Amino acid sequence: MEQTPEFVALRHAFRRFVFPMTAVFLGWYLLYVLLSAYARDFMAHKVTGNINVALIFGLAQFASTFLIAYWYSRYANSRLDPLAEKMRETLERAER
Amino acid sequence: MSSRTLTLLLFLVFVAITLMITVWASRQTKTATDFYAGGRSFSGFQNGLAISGDYMSAASFLGIAGLIALFGYDGFLYSIGFLVAWLVALLLVAELMRNSGRYTMADVLSYRMKQRPVRTAAAVSTITVSIFYLLAQMVGAGALVALLLGIKPGTTFLGLNADQAKIATIILVGTLMIVYVTVGGMKGTTYVQIVKAGMLMTGAALMTVLVLTKFNFNVSEMLGAAAEKSGQGSAFLEPGLRYGKEVPGDALATLYSKLDLISLGLALVLGTAGLPHILIRFYTVPTAQAARKSVLWAITLIGTFYLMTLALGFGAAAIVGSKAIVAQDKAGNTAAPQLAQALGEDFGGETGGAVMLAIIASVAFATILAVVAGLTLASSSSLAHDFYANVVKRGSATEREEVVVARGAALVIGAIAIVLSIFATTLNVAFLVALAFAIAASANLPSILLSLFWRRFNTAGAVAGIYGGLISAVVLVFFSPVVSGKVVPGVGGAADTSGSLFGLGTDFHWFPLENPGLVSIPFGFLCAVIGTYLSKERDDAKFAEVEVRSLTGAGAH
Repeated sequence: MEQTPEFVALRHAFRRFVFPMTAVFLGWYLLYVLLSAYARDFMAHKVTGNINVALIFGLAQFASTFLIAYWYSRYANSRLDPLAEKMRETLERAER
Repeated sequence: MSSRTLTLLLFLVFVAITLMITVWASRQTKTATDFYAGGRSFSGFQNGLAISGDYMSAASFLGIAGLIALFGYDGFLYSIGFLVAWLVALLLVAELMRNSGRYTMADVLSYRMKQRPVRTAAAVSTITVSIFYLLAQMVGAGALVALLLGIKPGTTFLGLNADQAKIATIILVGTLMIVYVTVGGMKGTTYVQIVKAGMLMTGAALMTVLVLTKFNFNVSEMLGAAAEKSGQGSAFLEPGLRYGKEVPGDALATLYSKLDLISLGLALVLGTAGLPHILIRFYTVPTAQAARKSVLWAITLIGTFYLMTLALGFGAAAIVGSKAIVAQDKAGNTAAPQLAQALGEDFGGETGGAVMLAIIASVAFATILAVVAGLTLASSSSLAHDFYANVVKRGSATEREEVVVARGAALVIGAIAIVLSIFATTLNVAFLVALAFAIAASANLPSILLSLFWRRFNTAGAVAGIYGGLISAVVLVFFSPVVSGKVVPGVGGAADTSGSLFGLGTDFHWFPLENPGLVSIPFGFLCAVIGTYLSKERDDAKFAEVEVRSLTGAGAH
């Protein structure tokens, strides 16, 4: 089963999105933590009024989290679910 | 009517409603799936609310608001780690776990490994994490009740002085959580979480709107007022007041302090997807799609909530002021309730203040109650399903027996938590939450991820990873400054105080960081990998089954 082209395609589609995205958000988060620890002057730079880079960077982490979650849900709904469903039907028919 | 009477009344209403739900849920709890997983009957939205309810503990509601109120920006670091962590759960864990397990975290691991050693290890780590987390919540509850009901030393409430009130609260909270879990099982507990999440979101939203109204919806103005009142100036709005401090003239201390910040950041972001009481929530929905939807809702709710804590924390700093907060509670845990009172007084005089304080105090109680119930359920499920049914009985226990044992386990674990908490009331146990996250990240996450993604992974690797991560996290914390040797210099001629679990004069720490994650998380992964290669066991066919099952949901329970 795991060698059928359908499953290979599903696994490939899953990993192609999930692995790079994990690397991206972990790296992005780590960058934020490192800047908070070591780039204090940069983070303290005021952009407008009392809003500084640190606050904007923090809010950007929120924004990127929401965005990645949204992307993933769209990708999974349109690309992964149809593949998975077809495979599941085939498997369950084979079992009967 | 005084504020404390109103608090008590609102809390009793919450308890009455949740107990009714629990009794109703118990009538629908017949099978093991009902007890462990709420019959897998919840929708993605319901489970998303329940996840948020399980996750947003008093530590995050009162704790983060308090940290921001006292240390400004650094409190926000917690919120960010706690939120970003959900992407790990969304992308790598939630759906695959839903497809490949039944009731507990260990189901996923043991599917392709030897049941008994893996389930024993998983049960040990689940129960350790849950007990630490439970202790932190229950001791916190005891401390809070004295503050929220305004019982000062020398005065009494319902005939109880502050210390007696603490113990009474711990017993009350403990008893209620045992009732929720033993009677209502997962179904009842889930509804308790849903009600609590609704209350928490509403309470926080109400306060946020009131705070922002005060500053004409101008965030910059609010931040400016907070910075000015804090006496720290613009440093209050920058990282560095609490974590990663620069110690002038001591490069090593500065280095450790910065590494500690990174260590904390890692534990926060990697711990969430290894918390047993969060993991079992993915089983309460029927499909992987519903599990995905529940995490998406959880991210939305939790993210919104943490944005609101920004307003609560900086609002408290600007309106209440750190002096008044520290006077109530050194750790700042009462910042949110104090802010509620101040806001209420602004808009409705003394009555308004009393009402707002009562609302937020009862939300805080509800929060604690819901979280401890979730933790008790996770540990009793693991004890009954992993240890009793599969290790002791080797899979020959009937469903009925399993559920009976799970109920008994909830009773025993609850009782243990109550007794331990009573003994710990005088200790500073706030570090236990951070420790629980560190263990979850070091012991549970490596095994979960490797069993889902690594073909070669085997029993020895899983067992080594779990025990290695667990033991290293606990040992490092034991020999860290949170347990001994941290001296907090007295301010303004006051005597030095101990910042550790042990008092001044006891110092056996050699590990410099307060958070073990930076060392223990890589160590957990390393143990898992080395353990794997030391054993010849390898089953490619079984891994192929895991892959097919986890990605397609074929044969999922």
